Amino acid sequence: MATFQGYQRPDGPAGVRNYVAVVPTSVAASAVAEAVADRATETVRSTPHQMGIDPPKAAREQIERTLAGVGRNPNVGAALVVSLGPETIDADAIADEIAGAGRDVETLSIREAGGTAATVEAGVALARDLWDGIADARREERDASELVFGVECGGSDATSGIAANPAVGAACDRLVRDGGTASFSETPEFIGAEHILADRCVDEEARERLLERVERRESAAQLMGVDLRGAQPTPGNQDGGLTTIEEKSLGAISKGGTTPVRRIVDYAESLPVGGGLVLMDTPGYDIESVVGKVAGGAQIVAFTTGRGSTTGNPLAPVIKVTGNPKTADRLASNMDVDASTIIDGESIDAVGERIYETLLEVASGARTAAEQRRLEEFAINELQPNELAERRGEA
Amino acid sequence: MKGEVLGDCGLHMARADNVVTAIADLEAGTEIPSDGATIELVEDVPFGHKVALVPIEAGDTVVKYGEPIGEAVESIAPGEWVHTHNCESARGRGDRVVIEEEAA
Repeated sequence: MATFQGYQRPDGPAGVRNYVAVVPTSVAASAVAEAVADRATETVRSTPHQMGIDPPKAAREQIERTLAGVGRNPNVGAALVVSLGPETIDADAIADEIAGAGRDVETLSIREAGGTAATVEAGVALARDLWDGIADARREERDASELVFGVECGGSDATSGIAANPAVGAACDRLVRDGGTASFSETPEFIGAEHILADRCVDEEARERLLERVERRESAAQLMGVDLRGAQPTPGNQDGGLTTIEEKSLGAISKGGTTPVRRIVDYAESLPVGGGLVLMDTPGYDIESVVGKVAGGAQIVAFTTGRGSTTGNPLAPVIKVTGNPKTADRLASNMDVDASTIIDGESIDAVGERIYETLLEVASGARTAAEQRRLEEFAINELQPNELAERRGEA
Repeated sequence: MKGEVLGDCGLHMARADNVVTAIADLEAGTEIPSDGATIELVEDVPFGHKVALVPIEAGDTVVKYGEPIGEAVESIAPGEWVHTHNCESARGRGDRVVIEEEAA
């Protein structure tokens, strides 16, 4: 069986990294969270985001689910939750959820601590103490079935559907065969290919939910005056040779491989461990979509890009895969796997095997290009007014 | 690579496809062997873009990966570039298309 060297956690699967996460509850605490992470040790990482003090209820629930999920990610050994003070997003409730996963947690309020400078100072001390509590953790051999592998694509071109996505899909098939979980998302990129995914759903419930979510994303876009057929493919995608949203979607879904679709989960909802192929309903925006899967428990992410993307994540290593020979050359220092060899005749299966080996190596501690450069983008999906109206209607 | 490479310059993803994807920057006049015949490119086609293999009439379905990817909005001759200027999305809800076909 395939294995990796991971960090055992009190609750849930093993981590592939051992971090103290500094989690701000709002944009008002984000700068402090970043300063704490910068000044503490290398193993302290912040998740600064843009959400406000008092978001509408449905948005608040999604933000709380995301922040608690991020704090419970297997790569997080301990967490510090930082707030300004007046947020309706409850720092104590988030801390309680993280503590419920057996992690040491502290909270800190900027108002109570006496302002930003005092909070940064107190936060650095707390983060170092939390690190001391997990610093002794050592990697041990773990089964690949503990891995939750998030898959994302961005900057797509014609090579995405021909090379990079099917190769990552072949790696997903291997992980699923070994008992793990693979998850891809970006519901707007199912449009035009959802009938293929629907046919692969294991039961009627998953099938109906998938079609309902695709319809919801499409009608939400239309309500905002955006016709996804007009906005997709993007001008960049079109330069790369993608003509229609159907063509883009047919290429996009190949990144999940060929196994049955087991379930559809909401943005930032927990992904099952040992769950096979599971889809997450997220927007098409790459960074928000990656964060949704990391909040759902993905320890590691593969990101395919034809035109070139450099993005990473503060808590989960992001493996960059390109199928475009020009991008493999020009952005070599930002790429981890060159799948453009498929264009020259290397089999998709052979490249899939290389990606799976890279996945296990990175899970065991090898650092990705994005990690080496500390590229750590973080953003939470913000529900739009029409989505909020629709969710109020459901309640 | 999935599909069939035609003349080292085009990738035919599935048997049913009426387009082929350029796997190099191709110049007008490039010849692509297909089904015992030869398709000559009537214009330059960049890497990653598509070329018609057979005559496609306005309203015909453009097929890649063995699946519909859109509809021709004008007639396209073999060897012509197929992109946003002559092919449009037929919309996304392929499941409805399937259901309509089943009902028909």
